Amino acid sequence: MPAISFQSVSKTYQTARGPFQALDGVRFDIEDGEFFGLLGPNGAGKTTLISILAGLSRATSGRIEVHGHDVQTDAAQARRQLGVVPQELVFDPFFNVREALRFQSGYFGVRHNDDWIDELLASLGLADKANSNMRQLSGGMKRRVLVAQALVHKPPVIVLDEPTAGVDVELRQTLWQFIAKLNRQGHTVLLTTHYLEEAEALCGRLAMLKQGRVVALDRTSDLLKAASSNVLRFKLDAELPPVLARQARITGRIVQFPANDALEIERYLAAVREAGLHAEDVEIRKADLEDVFLDVMGQDTPAAGVTP
Amino acid sequence: MSGWQALFYKEILRFWKVSFQTVAAPVLTACLYMLIFGHVLEDRVKVYDQVSYTAFLVPGLVMMSVLQNAFANSSSSIIQSKIMGNLVFILLTPLSHRSWFVAYVGSSIVRGLAVGLGVLLVTSFVTTPSFVAPLWILAFALLGAGILGTLGLIAGLWAEKFDQMAAFQNFIIMPMTFLSGVFYSIHSLPAFWQGVSHLNPFFYMIDGFRYGFFGVSDVSPWISLGLVSATFAVVAGIALHLLRIGYKIRG
Repeated sequence: MPAISFQSVSKTYQTARGPFQALDGVRFDIEDGEFFGLLGPNGAGKTTLISILAGLSRATSGRIEVHGHDVQTDAAQARRQLGVVPQELVFDPFFNVREALRFQSGYFGVRHNDDWIDELLASLGLADKANSNMRQLSGGMKRRVLVAQALVHKPPVIVLDEPTAGVDVELRQTLWQFIAKLNRQGHTVLLTTHYLEEAEALCGRLAMLKQGRVVALDRTSDLLKAASSNVLRFKLDAELPPVLARQARITGRIVQFPANDALEIERYLAAVREAGLHAEDVEIRKADLEDVFLDVMGQDTPAAGVTP
Repeated sequence: MSGWQALFYKEILRFWKVSFQTVAAPVLTACLYMLIFGHVLEDRVKVYDQVSYTAFLVPGLVMMSVLQNAFANSSSSIIQSKIMGNLVFILLTPLSHRSWFVAYVGSSIVRGLAVGLGVLLVTSFVTTPSFVAPLWILAFALLGAGILGTLGLIAGLWAEKFDQMAAFQNFIIMPMTFLSGVFYSIHSLPAFWQGVSHLNPFFYMIDGFRYGFFGVSDVSPWISLGLVSATFAVVAGIALHLLRIGYKIRG
């Protein structure tokens, strides 16, 4: 039985400008014990999908099961399985960290949970903040408390919705070490993130969403293999001719061309020279997840083989 | 501890942590009402025989405080959680709609009774009403606080802004409370307004509550009990339905 099963999930919002389809027949399974990444640009439907999974929102059609429990008809059982870290940095200003965690524990019917709460606080670097009011914590600290709140009832499935947005390096390290440890212990992890480097490093399998549809779904290693194998990268002070610019990815002074072999690389460099431009700091690197992502998102039609 | 108990306790602690504002302030307000109205009207208004106006006023003020604070508790808790976004912590849990109802309404009853008791204690320095039938007092206090706690829950779910909440409170709850006979017996009103008062469920709460103190009331306490219980059943049914469908809290 999969940990999470998305079964043709669609969601249409009624807006002032007419109906808007946020999700369109999303279907895939996440197996028990996986570290799964859900990627996509802003507005692709990632948070909508997670909201429906968490019971914060309802699908227009289709269904989601968590360990076989339907998130609508068997909501209580499904929610016991899930630990959700919301994207928004929310907190209850009336309470301190320990109180917030004790209450969250209580809502799930878990009593005398202070041992686990202490372990969570220590693992997330919050031990000295246990008695601080939520209002006094910095943004990064509040984010850690959100993670602790999601884990307080020891859920087998952990859902993190962009947990590292606007978070410093230290917390990212702490957080990923902890989540990776939980994953090794058997917890299933579903992660959405904008940091493709993180997804590449952590996730065994990935789905990419674009305008509410799954446009790629594969093992991370296979996705990387399928992309152009190399990237030619250099710096340029002048502007590229339009013909070349269309094929390149340009970030300020940095120009990057996807290339499969040495011949292609030579061709690009020659074209640059012929345009009378001087490329600096030339390097060739292996394609990474960002290249795959941009490649997939650039295509007009959904990639083949999206259904599992 | 079951889930509802955790939420109930959290809601109690929430108002208790700011008890200066949520308990002490409304007690002071009620005492000011008593000092001013009692002073101005003591010798001019005779409501029941053998009951001074100030003594008549006390149960009305107690009940008004119970009702207003029960409403304020659930309504402000929910709207704040909605606007701050921290309602998500409860939405993510397996708590059933019944658990939500019991926790939010239960804690509102506790706050209403705490304030009511405070008013009774402080006004006892001036006058102590007799307690002819304490069970009636308790029954109407519980039902009244329950109704207003439930209305607060409904208003909290419905309102999207503090503005709308203030409108609900100022245009519905306040007039219905003030026009229910807190400061007067409706027998002193012209016949038309007496009729109108009989349509106000708040009137029965206060009238029945006052019966418990003096053994005298405008209508039979049994009629009041029936109507107030029916009102509670109706608003509770509505609130439970709204919670079950996730009205304005689950998209």
